[in-house]
Amino acid sequence: MKHVLHLRVGPIRFRIGSVWRQPIVQLAALYADYPRDAGIPDYSVRLEPAIGWRRWIHPPVAIAGDFTVPEALPLRFAHALLAAEMAMNLQLALGERRLLLLHAATVERDGRALILTGESGSGKSTLSALLAHAGWRFMGDEFALIDPATGLAWPFPRPVSLKNDGIAALAAHCARFGPLLTGTPKGTIRHLAPPAAAIAAMDVPAQPALILFPRFGADSAVRDVPPGEAFVRLTQASTNYVGLGRAGFDALTRLVTTIPARAIDYPDGAAGIAAVEALWAQA
Amino acid sequence: MAGCHVVTLDTMLAAMYHDASGATHVLAAPLPELLAALTEPGAIPAILERMGIDDDAEARALLIARMDELRAIGAVDAA
Repeated sequence: MKHVLHLRVGPIRFRIGSVWRQPIVQLAALYADYPRDAGIPDYSVRLEPAIGWRRWIHPPVAIAGDFTVPEALPLRFAHALLAAEMAMNLQLALGERRLLLLHAATVERDGRALILTGESGSGKSTLSALLAHAGWRFMGDEFALIDPATGLAWPFPRPVSLKNDGIAALAAHCARFGPLLTGTPKGTIRHLAPPAAAIAAMDVPAQPALILFPRFGADSAVRDVPPGEAFVRLTQASTNYVGLGRAGFDALTRLVTTIPARAIDYPDGAAGIAAVEALWAQA
Repeated sequence: MAGCHVVTLDTMLAAMYHDASGATHVLAAPLPELLAALTEPGAIPAILERMGIDDDAEARALLIARMDELRAIGAVDAA
């Protein structure tokens, strides 16, 4: 393995090694504004051929690192950047034991954090990217990192993974796009680097103040989500709630019993932002 | 109940963490109320009285069924 990139994103250090040069060049460009931290990595990612003899002939790229899952299918070489991103997600999802992980996007205003959580396709990544260019600080679109000791949300502002129609919605910020990746298992994907100010503030936590369960593509609607429902949904949205034991239980029960939660349906980005602003004013 | 930590989430549900198993249980009424009534050991009639429930055959049968459920998840033991 000849090529390597060291990155820090918020409290997490990654070492990304690669057999091939191209993915590291692409990652370095996408993460141009991020600190290069060659300290002890929290997680290692390896970009290597899933089949050894195919190393130089249309190599399938394995999603590998400290942690792997056997059912993770390799990706085409053209999608090696995506493989790296997925591998980083996988390492954190399976290895993290210091911070409670919620599958959520997070944005911040005035020291208070809005947590947007939902299944893939709910629109949380696109909505968080839109909010990042509408007066909010982007803290992440894949994982919300909740400190069990303090309840604070820590930033993890990796490039936003925009999919399909979400790419067009952020076209005005194309200067910070990564390469266009077509034909991936999730359709067309393009990564959008967060605003430089959000990256510069990656060590500034925020106090959670509102949880939203967004659903893109439906007529506008808002519903209260009681703490019991929020708790159950968030345990399902966490990859390490069980692993954290009592600390995870205390952190999550505190989160859902101290801040309000709402479910919002929205037909488009403008309506989504309007709904967020209206609910934030009440939080 | 040693090793059980209960948090009331809302008017409908409570969450309970069980230290020994590391399991989380979501409890609906009357289980949270029953756990609160079991802070000290007691016979069935005494437990019903603590919960403000009239002592009759149906109440006893329901209470025993709920107690069995709590025992199955390790939240209570027979005295």
